[in-house]
Amino acid sequence: MSSARDVTDLTFEAEVLLNDKPVIVDFWAPWCGPCRAVSPILDAIAEAHADKIDIVKLNVDDFPDLAVQYNILNIPAMKVFRGGEVVKTVVGAKPRPALEQDLAEFLA
Amino acid sequence: MRELVIIGSGPAGYTAAIYAARADLSPLVLTSSVEMGGDLMKTTEVDNFPGFPEGVMGPDLMMGMQAQAERFGAELLFDDATAVDLSGPVKRITVGNGDVIEAKTVVLSMGSEYRRLGLADEARLSGFGVSWCATCDGAFFRNRTVAVVGGGDSAMEEATFLTKFADKVLLVHRSDQFRASPAMLNRAKADPKIEFVTNAAVTGILGADTVAGVTLAMSDGSSRTLDVDGLFIAVGSDPRTALIADQVTLTDTGNVWVDARSSRTSLDGVFAAGDIIDPTYRQAIVAAGSGAVAAMDAQHFLEASVH
Repeated sequence: MSSARDVTDLTFEAEVLLNDKPVIVDFWAPWCGPCRAVSPILDAIAEAHADKIDIVKLNVDDFPDLAVQYNILNIPAMKVFRGGEVVKTVVGAKPRPALEQDLAEFLA
Repeated sequence: MRELVIIGSGPAGYTAAIYAARADLSPLVLTSSVEMGGDLMKTTEVDNFPGFPEGVMGPDLMMGMQAQAERFGAELLFDDATAVDLSGPVKRITVGNGDVIEAKTVVLSMGSEYRRLGLADEARLSGFGVSWCATCDGAFFRNRTVAVVGGGDSAMEEATFLTKFADKVLLVHRSDQFRASPAMLNRAKADPKIEFVTNAAVTGILGADTVAGVTLAMSDGSSRTLDVDGLFIAVGSDPRTALIADQVTLTDTGNVWVDARSSRTSLDGVFAAGDIIDPTYRQAIVAAGSGAVAAMDAQHFLEASVH
C-alpha cells in the first residue's frame, strides 16, 4: 500500500545518502499518532512527485542511533537529504497543502 | 444536502457520530487531516475512562470510537474544515481539498489547542527542543536535562513522565502555588529527578539550532538561566474557535456558548460539544457525554423542522 519505502541502518547509505534525487526521510514511530496521520499524506506526495523526489520512512524505535545522529527531538520529523546532506527539516504533522508548501522547492 | 456534519474527531465528535449514525442521520465527520482522534492520540495510558478496569491506551480508545462510529454508517473525511458559513438554514463547510459541503445541522467539536508562552523563539525552536507533548517527544531526551513549564496537572504529568528518560527535570512555575491536584503535585515533589523552580517566569528560549537553555525572571527581580536541552510547555489550552468565532456567540472564557445543559449554540441548527464548550472539566468522558447530547439535539432539531 505504502508508496514510501522503509529504510534501515543497512540501506540508509544507498537509499538516502547516495541517492541521485533529493530524498525526504520521514522519521517516525508506531506509537506516534501524528506520525500515523502524516504517513498517508507523505505517500500521496511521494506518488504525485515521484519524478522529482524519493520519500522513505525510518522507524526511530528500530534505529535509535540514526535518530540520535540526525538530532531528532520530535516526530514526525521530515528531513530532506540532497547529496548526502540535510538541506531542510520539517517537523510535526501538517495538512497536505502546508506540507507541499514547506517542501515546494524540492517538488517543482 | 447532508443532515449532519460533525467537525472534529475527539471523544465528543466520535460519540456524536455514533449517536447520529444510529439515529439514521448518516453523519459526515470532518476528522482533520493530521489531528484525527484528537488529543488522546498523543497520550499513553488512560486510567479514568469507565469500562476499562486495566486502563486503555489513548490511541486505542480513539481508534475504537472511530470503528464504532463507522460500524453504524458514519462517513469519515480525513480533511480539515477551512471555512464555514453557519448563519442560514443551509450550512456550508469548505474543506481542505476545496469541496463545499452543505448540511442542515452542524456539530462543532474541534476541542482545544495548547497555549503558547508567546516568546520570540518559541515557534522557531518548536520541534527542535520546544515541545507540547512529553509522550511524543520525551524519548528523544534520554540522559539529558529538560525543563517543564506550568503548574497544573498536565505539567506534573509531563514532568513525571519525562523522568523515565531525562536525567533531570526542572519544573518551572511562575508562582509557588499550584493548580495541580495534591496527588499529582506530591508525586512530582517526591520524585528525586524533579527539581522545582518556583516564582520564575520563562522570558526567553536560547539555542541556535536546538534548545540550549531558558532564561527566567524571578519574582524577587533577579534573573536566571537554566541549561536545558528541552522545554516542555504545559500552561493550559484554549478552545479552538478561530474558524467560527465571528459567527457563534462565545463566552467570557472564549468557549462556544451553549444554552444551559443543551448543546444549542446561538445559531439554529448549530450545536457544540466537548472541550470547545468546556472551560472547567475537559475530560474525555465529559466530552463524550456532551457529544451524545449534541447528536440528540441535532436529531430533535431535524425532526422538529420536518413538521
